[in-house]
Amino acid sequence: MSALRGAVLAALLCLAVVAQVVVFRYVAIDGVVPDLALILVVVAAIDRGPRFAACLGFAAGLLLDLAPPADHVAGRWALALVVVGYLAGRVRQDARSSLLTAVLVVGAASFVGTSIYAFSGVVLGDGGLPVDQMLRIIVTSVLWDLLLAPLMVPVLLWLFAVTRPLGDRAGDRAVDRAIDRTGDERARVVL
Amino acid sequence: MLRASGLLDRSRSRRSAGRATGGPTPDRRARRTFALLVLASLTIITLDARTGSHSPLDPARTAVGTLVGPMESATAAAFRPFTDVSGAFRTNQALRTEMSRLKAQNSALQARLAATPVDRARLAELDGITKSVGDTGYSMVAARVVAMGPMQSFSRTVTIDAGTSSGVRKDMTVLNSDGLVGRVVRATETTATVLLIVDTDSVVGGRLGTNLEIGFLRGRGSADNTGRLTLDLVDNSVVPSKDDVVVTWGSKNGVPYVAGIPIGRVESVVSSPRQSSRLAVIKPFVDFTALDVVAVVVPKSTQGDRPVLTAGAPK
Repeated sequence: MSALRGAVLAALLCLAVVAQVVVFRYVAIDGVVPDLALILVVVAAIDRGPRFAACLGFAAGLLLDLAPPADHVAGRWALALVVVGYLAGRVRQDARSSLLTAVLVVGAASFVGTSIYAFSGVVLGDGGLPVDQMLRIIVTSVLWDLLLAPLMVPVLLWLFAVTRPLGDRAGDRAVDRAIDRTGDERARVVL
Repeated sequence: MLRASGLLDRSRSRRSAGRATGGPTPDRRARRTFALLVLASLTIITLDARTGSHSPLDPARTAVGTLVGPMESATAAAFRPFTDVSGAFRTNQALRTEMSRLKAQNSALQARLAATPVDRARLAELDGITKSVGDTGYSMVAARVVAMGPMQSFSRTVTIDAGTSSGVRKDMTVLNSDGLVGRVVRATETTATVLLIVDTDSVVGGRLGTNLEIGFLRGRGSADNTGRLTLDLVDNSVVPSKDDVVVTWGSKNGVPYVAGIPIGRVESVVSSPRQSSRLAVIKPFVDFTALDVVAVVVPKSTQGDRPVLTAGAPK
């Protein structure tokens, strides 16, 4: 069962990365395509929390870094998607409330992820572009992701719900609520 | 493994949620995992960036390429019939308009060809460059572009569906019917990664068609459809003229670029006051957004699983 779920996840990851470079290049805007892998990581964060999403982000990023047309310093997308997964996981309770907020989280995650990637390139001196061009690319990719998120998020959420262990579902929600409460209380104490 | 740790995490979190104090909270565990993964990413970046051409990540790249490359080829092949869907919806009228436009363009081009002083000398010189390639020749292996790197990665690379099994190796010239496309930077058994000349990491030795002056062409990595190159001439006193053709001047044994491949045309000349040199902006002949069939220049003796084409290069 666990192996099957792992396989489903791996297949999804490969599908996202391959579709990004093969299928979407025909509809690319100035060469910019939607970040399918990033959307997958954000949905994982919304459904499973920051820890799981950070791990998935690392795997997805590494695949993006190493899979064929990539020719940048490996680890840059991995770093970006780890951060994206973790941050999206931290705001998951808000993101869960409605599709609109989930889509907005995807947009924010897209901005953060691509910016981290761009920034790491500037630091490493790897494949730099003028800042105005970089900004234009980042904005285009955010718009792409916002466009695709309403279609992808429900499907992926459903897939994650289906592949989740059976006995876990009810318990999970109870745990989340409990964490929510304790988290809120702690926050109140701090305040 | 991810699942197992996830379950562990959940059971712990259930307990800690009950107790609310003591033991690692899920928050802390997530933070720890996050820190570890960030460190792992930074380690990989450092390893890959510091070691240059002999990166310890190369075996991993090859392994992933061997696995994902065929997936990309298969997906591209399956998806190819749909890429021309827009063509099916074009009306007769649109096609007729297109044809008359092309006819007009054709006659204009022919007129320009007759009018331009494309003298014999230039042709002879180009021929000379072609001959100097020597034994490398112009044997080619045809391939198709299956994947294009996203612009979010700020680099311009494509995957082609020919690899070492067809004789394609690192540092080989890639061109199409219009001109120079790029060079092979990495090859697996069935696929190869090509760095396009418009990428900011790409440097090509170029020669002006009219006065044979040499210089270096750097990609500008432009995000828009009109990728441009910058030509930096070795001799600063030379002013490139507009519409002059730039060809590769090639290097020893044709690695990584063979000589005499047309690259582009001089679009404008910019002189920077800071340096005394002049930069020429080159418009490449190749349309990089619509790459499909390309050819890789291979040595004559290449044996592979696909036919080696020998172009009509004078010997």
